[in-house]
Amino acid sequence: MIDYLLTHPFIGALVALVSLALIFGAILGFAAVQFKVEGDPIVDQLDNLLPQTQCGQCSYPGCRPYAEAIANGDAINKCPPGGQATINAIADLLDVEAPTLDEEHGEESEVKTVAYIREDECIGCTKCIQACPMDAILGAAKQMHTVIADECTGCDLCVEPCPVDCIDMLPIETTLGDWHWQPPKLPQQQFENIIATDKQAVEDGAAA
Amino acid sequence: MTKIWSIPGGVHPEENKSQSLQLPLGEISLAEELVYPLNQHIGAPATAIVEVGEQVLAGQKIAEAKGMISASIHASTSGTITAIEDRTLPHPSGMSGECIVLTPDGKDSFAKFETCENYLALDHDQLVAKIREAGITGMGGAGFPTAVKLSPRANNPIDTLIINGTECEPYITADDTLMQTQADDIIKGTQLLAHMLGNPQRVVIGIEDNKPDAIKAVTAAAAGTAIEVVSFPTKYPSGGEKQLIQILTGKEVPSGQLPASIGIVLQNVGTTVAAYEAVRFGKPLIERITTVVGEALQTQRNIKVRLGTPINHVLAEHGFLPKNASRLIMGGPMMGFALENENVPVVKATNCILAPGKKEMAPPAPAQACIRCGMCAEACPASLLPQQMYWYAQAEDYEKLEAHNIKDCIECGACSFVCPSNIPLVQHYRAAKGTMRQQAIEKEKSDRSRLRFEFRQERIAKAEAEKEAKRVTRKKAAEAAKKKIEAQKASGETPAAGNDLVANAIASAKQTQASPEEQQAKLERAVSGAEGRIEKLQQRLSETEADDQKAKLTAQIKQAEVKLQDAKTKLANFSPTANDSNATATNSNTDANDPVAAAIARAQAKMTMAPDEKLRSNLESLNKRLQKAQDKLAAAKADNADTVDALQSGVDKLKEKIATTEKELAQLPTPVAEPPAPETTDAATAAIERAKAKAAAQASMSPEDKLRNQLTAMSTRIEKAQSKLVSAKADNADTVDALQMGLDKMFAKQQTLRDELRQLNPNAPELNDANVKAESDNNSAKNEQESSETPAPVKEPDAATAAIEKAKAKAAAQASMSPEEKLRDQVASLEKRLEKAQQRLSKAEAEDDENIDAFRAGVEKTRSKLEQTRAQLEES
Amino acid sequence: MAFMKISSPHATRSGNTGDVMKQVILACLPGLLALSYFFGPGSLMNVMLASATAVACEAAILKLRNRPIGFYLQDYSAVVTGVLLGLALPPYCPWWVVVVGTASAIILAKHLYGGMGYNPFNPAMVGYVILLISFPVEMTQWAAPLPALEEGQSLMSFSGALQQIWLGIPIDGYTGATPLDLFKQNDTLLVNDFYQAESLFATGHFAGAGWEWVNIGFLLGGLYLLWRNIFTWHAPISMLATMFVLSALFYDGGSSNSAGSPLLHLFSGATMLGAFFIATDPVSSAVSTKGRLIYGAGIGALVFLIRAWGNYPDAIAFAVLLMNFAAPFIDYYTLPRTYGHSNSRRATEKSE
Ligand code: SF4
Ligand code: SF4
Repeated sequence: MIDYLLTHPFIGALVALVSLALIFGAILGFAAVQFKVEGDPIVDQLDNLLPQTQCGQCSYPGCRPYAEAIANGDAINKCPPGGQATINAIADLLDVEAPTLDEEHGEESEVKTVAYIREDECIGCTKCIQACPMDAILGAAKQMHTVIADECTGCDLCVEPCPVDCIDMLPIETTLGDWHWQPPKLPQQQFENIIATDKQAVEDGAAA
Repeated sequence: MTKIWSIPGGVHPEENKSQSLQLPLGEISLAEELVYPLNQHIGAPATAIVEVGEQVLAGQKIAEAKGMISASIHASTSGTITAIEDRTLPHPSGMSGECIVLTPDGKDSFAKFETCENYLALDHDQLVAKIREAGITGMGGAGFPTAVKLSPRANNPIDTLIINGTECEPYITADDTLMQTQADDIIKGTQLLAHMLGNPQRVVIGIEDNKPDAIKAVTAAAAGTAIEVVSFPTKYPSGGEKQLIQILTGKEVPSGQLPASIGIVLQNVGTTVAAYEAVRFGKPLIERITTVVGEALQTQRNIKVRLGTPINHVLAEHGFLPKNASRLIMGGPMMGFALENENVPVVKATNCILAPGKKEMAPPAPAQACIRCGMCAEACPASLLPQQMYWYAQAEDYEKLEAHNIKDCIECGACSFVCPSNIPLVQHYRAAKGTMRQQAIEKEKSDRSRLRFEFRQERIAKAEAEKEAKRVTRKKAAEAAKKKIEAQKASGETPAAGNDLVANAIASAKQTQASPEEQQAKLERAVSGAEGRIEKLQQRLSETEADDQKAKLTAQIKQAEVKLQDAKTKLANFSPTANDSNATATNSNTDANDPVAAAIARAQAKMTMAPDEKLRSNLESLNKRLQKAQDKLAAAKADNADTVDALQSGVDKLKEKIATTEKELAQLPTPVAEPPAPETTDAATAAIERAKAKAAAQASMSPEDKLRNQLTAMSTRIEKAQSKLVSAKADNADTVDALQMGLDKMFAKQQTLRDELRQLNPNAPELNDANVKAESDNNSAKNEQESSETPAPVKEPDAATAAIEKAKAKAAAQASMSPEEKLRDQVASLEKRLEKAQQRLSKAEAEDDENIDAFRAGVEKTRSKLEQTRAQLEES
Repeated sequence: MAFMKISSPHATRSGNTGDVMKQVILACLPGLLALSYFFGPGSLMNVMLASATAVACEAAILKLRNRPIGFYLQDYSAVVTGVLLGLALPPYCPWWVVVVGTASAIILAKHLYGGMGYNPFNPAMVGYVILLISFPVEMTQWAAPLPALEEGQSLMSFSGALQQIWLGIPIDGYTGATPLDLFKQNDTLLVNDFYQAESLFATGHFAGAGWEWVNIGFLLGGLYLLWRNIFTWHAPISMLATMFVLSALFYDGGSSNSAGSPLLHLFSGATMLGAFFIATDPVSSAVSTKGRLIYGAGIGALVFLIRAWGNYPDAIAFAVLLMNFAAPFIDYYTLPRTYGHSNSRRATEKSE
C-alpha cells in the first residue's frame, strides 16, 4: 500500500489531502458543537437597541418585528425615534457602515414628546386607548381619558384616531431633575465664529 | 504628630483669601423680601405648610421635610407670607422652582426655641429628630440633609469622625471666620456628633495650613479633649470629601459608595455648629456665614446673612458695580456655578458670593486642541485620565467613558484649571455624565415599554381567542334554538310569524343573559386593576425623589383613585341590576314585532335561572371578595400603606352589600311565589297561548292602529337599545358595534313605519310624539353619563308602557292645543318632574346612595330644560 | 441682568499652549548656541529655514482646511516642529533637504492626521526619517567641530555657509563623521586606544569634541523645562536611565567589541535632544505617568539597540517613531488606578 502510494505520488497526495480534510473537518465540527456560544440571539440584541416606541414608523407593527426584519436583512435606518444614535448602535452591532436615517419613514425629532389629552374636550370614545401600543391611556367610555405620561413613548399613534382632535403631542420639558449641562463647543466648531466669540466676550463685558 | 497621607494630583490656584479677611464678620440689613426655595438641599423638596397671608415668626417652620432625604425650611425673620410661587432658583440651570416668599415686618420677633442643657443625655434618635426638625443640611456646598448622614446603617459601625475645616477653594473664608469666632461651638458640636455616632475611636478636625489663626483657635478650644486637630499642606481639592478622607486616614472610599461604608462620617465645620445650636438652643438653620468677595465689590468681607436674602440685596450692601463684574458666582471659583441673574436667594449651601472683576476672571479663552500634555492627568485627584475622557466625550463614546471611570470624577475642575489649551473639560464631563444618566433612564423606560407592549400583545391575542370561542358557542346555540323552533313548528303550534325572528329573539335573549356575569367580572377586574395600580404608584412615590416626578405621581394616584371609586360604584350598581337585567333582557324582546317569540324567550329565560339561585351566587362572590379585601386591608395596615382608608371603606361597603343581599335572599320565596308562576314547560305553552291570542287580537285591529302600535313599540325599543349601547360602551364591550348597527336599523325601521303611518293618517299624533322622543333620545345619547346611569323608567316594563300610554294621551291632547298652551303645559310638567327628581336626589343624598351623581345630573338637566322651555314660552 | 453662564471652574492657570511651546523654543537656545559655537552658523540657518518653512506650510494647510490661521499659528507648534527638525539636521545640508523635511513633517505627519493634537507620530522625527531614507548622503555629512579642525582652518563663515546651503558648493575639509559614526566603524582598537587615535575624541573630553557640549546644552534646556513644569520627568529620565544601564552592561570594559561607554551614549549624538525635546512631545507619547516611564524606557532601549547592533549610527528618530506606534498599546495597559477602585480598569473592559 505504502509502496503503491510512494510510486504514485499523485494518488498519494490526493489521499493525504482527503484525509487531512476529513480530520480537520471533524475537529472543526467538534469545536462548533463543544464551544457553541449561547449568546443573545441577534434579534434580542437588536430589539434591545431599538427605542421601544412601538410607533410603527418603520412600517412594522412594533419594534420587535422590525428587529426581526433587520435580522433578516432589512435596512437599519428606518427608525426615526431612535435616530442616528440607534442607527449607529445597530451598525456597530452588525458591523456594517452606518447609513443616515431614511427620511421616508420620518424625521428624527429634536425634542421628545408626550401625548396630552385636553381633558375637557375628550368625549370618552376609547379610540385612543385602543390605539395606544403602550396601554398608557387611562379611561373608560364616556369618561374623560388621560395619558400616563411616564409610560407614553410619544409614538403619536393615538393622535390620529381621536375623533375630536383633543390629543396634543407636547414636548417633554426639562426639569430640575433631568437638566444637565450641554457640552461646550468643540475647538473645531468654534472656527467660524472664533472672532465672534472674542467679540461676544467683549460685548458681554460691555453689557455687564 | 498625626500621620498625613498625600493625595495624587491637585493644583495650587491663587488663594485670594486675604481680601475677605480684612474686615471682621459683618451683618447686613434685612431685605425687603426673603425667598425660600423649597428645594435647596439634595433629596425631595420640602412641602410648604404655610398659607399665603399667614403671619410667621423667625424660626418658625414654613416647609416640612417630605420623605426620608429632605429637610425642613424655617422663616428667618418674622413677617407675612406673601406668595408661594415659582422663582428663579440658585441652580446652574437658571430654572425656576417653587419658593415661599416672605415679606418681613421688621420686628424680627422670634419663635420660642426649645433649649436643652443636658443634650448629651439624650439618645441618638432624639438628637437626630432635633437636627432633622431644625432643617440642618451640609453647609459646605452640596447640601445633603445632615440628619440622614448621622444615621448610618447599623452594619457600618463608624470608627472615625472627620470635621472638615479645609475650605480649599480660593476666595472662600466663611469656615475660616467661623473657626476663628466660634471655635468653642465647633468643639461642642464635634462632641455632640461624636456622641451621636457612638463615640468613634478617632475624631479629627482637618484644617489646611493656610489658616493659622483658625488652627490656633480650634487647637486651643480642643485642648483637653480627645479631638485631634490636624493641619496639612494647602492644595486644592483637599477639602473634597473623598480627598480629605484620604489625607487624614489613607483610606479610599470605594467607588459608588458612601464614606460610612468604611466607617467614616465627615461633616463640615459649619454644619457642626448648626447641629450644635439646633440641639442646644433649638435654633433652626436660618442664617449662615457667607463670604462676599470679588473685585466688582467695594466691600469684601464675611457676613452673617439670613437665609432667603436675595443676592442683589447682599450685593447692594457691598457696593456692587455690575459694570466691573465679569460674572457672578455662587460658591467658589473652582466648583461654584455662575448665576445668570442676581435675583436669587442665599440658601443653606451658599458659602460664597463671588463677583470677580473683568481682569480678575477674564472671560474664558477659546479652547484649543488638546495637545495631550497630560497636565490634567497629573492634576486629577481621582487619578483619572481627563484627556482621554475628553476625547471620548467628544466622540460620545459612552462605553469608553464608563470604562475610564468618568463616574468617579468629582468635578473638582483641577483638570480644566491646568489645561493649557483652555478646554472646558469639566463641562464636557458634566454633559457626558448627564447624557449617560439620561440614557440609563431611557433604557430603563424602553425596557418597561417593551414589557408593556408584549403584555398588551398577549392580552389582545387572548381576547381575540375568547371572542372567537364565544362566537362559536353562540352560533351553536342559535342553531339549536332554530331546530327547536322548527320542531315546534312541525308540531303545528307556531302561528304565522317568521321563524327567523323567533330564533333571533331566543339567541339574543340568551346572549343578554350571559352578559351580566361577564360584565361583572370585567368590572371587578377593573377595580382590582385600579387598586393594584394605586398601590404601585404609591410605592413608586415613596421611592422617587425628584419633586416633579412626585407631583406627577401624586396626581396619577389621585386620578387612579377616582377611577377606582368609579369602577367600584359601577360594580356596586351592577350587582342589583344584574338580577332584573334578566327581566329587562326579556322585556326588550317583549315588544318585538313578534310577541310569540318574546313570550317564548321570557319563559325560557325564567326557566334557566331561578332568582334565589342567582342571589346566592351573588352572595358567594361577594363573600369571597370581602375575604380578599380584608386580607388586602390587613396587609396594607401591616406596612402602613396610605391605601388603608380606601381599603377600609371598600370593606365596609362590601359588608353592607352582603347584608342587603342576604336580606333579599331571605325575602325571595315570597316574590317568587307571587308572579303567576310559570313553572315548567307548561308555563311556556301558556305564554305561547297568550301570545297567540294577542296576535289574533292584533289581526283584528285596523291597520292604522297596528302601525301605531308598532311605532310605539319601536320607539321603546330604540330607547332601550340606546341605553344598552351606552352601557356597552361604558364597559367597552365588544358588542358596541353590533348594537350600534342594530340601533341604526331600528331608526330606519321607525322611519319607514312613520312614513307608512303618515300615508294612512297624516295627522297621527304619534308622528309628533315620536319626533320629540327621537330628538330627546339623541340628546341623551350625546350627553355623557346620564343615560347610562340614570335609573331610567325603562327598567320597569309596566311603568314604561304606562308612561307611553300617558305620553300618547298627552300627545293627543297636545295636538289639539295651541303652541303656547303646549309650552305652558310642558313647563308645568317639567316643574313637576324637577320636583320629583329633586326629591329623589335628596333621598339619595340622605341614604348616601351611589347613584347620587346620576341623580344630580338628571336634576341639572331637567332644570336646564325647564329654563329653556320657559324662555320659549316667554318668546311666544 | 444676565451674567455670563459658564460651567466651573472659573479660575484657570495663566498660560496657554502657545506659552508652553515658546518655553520649549527658549529651552532649545543653549543647545543651539553650543551647536553654533562648535559647528558654525549652519544649524542656526537650518533652524531658521525650517521654522519659516514650517510656518508657511502650516498657514497654507490651515487655509486649505478653512481654519483660522492666526489663531492656530499662535500655538507655536509649527515653529517648534521646525526648530527641532532644524536642530536635528546636519549643519550646512542643502536647503531643499530642510524644506522637504519640514514640509513633509508638517503636511504628512501633522495635518494629514488631523492637525495639532491628532498626530500619532512626532512630526519632526517623521520628517527626519523621510530625509534619512531618501537622501542618505546629505543626511550623514556632519560638519567637523571646532576643536577637531585642522590647523589654520576656522569655522565656516556666514557667506560660505550660505553658498553651501543655497548653491550646493561644497567646501572641503569641513565635513566629518560624528563620534557615533566613528565608533561604529571601529572594530579593531580598544576603546582607550581608539579615543587616542581619533582627533574628534582626542580633542574632546568624554564623548567627542563639541558633541558633549551640545548635549550638555540640551540637557540644560531640558532641566529648565522640567523646572518650569512644562513636562514631567518620567519619559526623559526613564529613557536616559535605560540607556545608561544598557550601555554600562555592554561596555565590555572597553574592548574593541565594546558598544561604547555610558558617557558616550548619553552625551553623544542626539541623545539629550531626543530625551528632552522629542520623547517629551506630549501629543505622540503615552499619557499616564506609568505609561510614560515605559515609553521612555522603550525609546532608550531601542536607541541603544540600534546604535550598538543596528545599521544606523544614531537612532533617536527610529526609536521615537517605533515607540509612537506602541503608545496606544502602552496606554491601554497603563490606565492609572482610579480613586476608590481596587484595580485599574482596562480601557475596553466594559465594552467588549
Ligand atoms: S491639560 Fe488640556 S491639553 Fe493637556 S492633556 Fe489635558 S486636556 Fe489635553
Ligand atoms: S474634574 Fe474630574 S477629571 Fe478633572 S481633575 Fe477633577 S476629578 Fe479629575
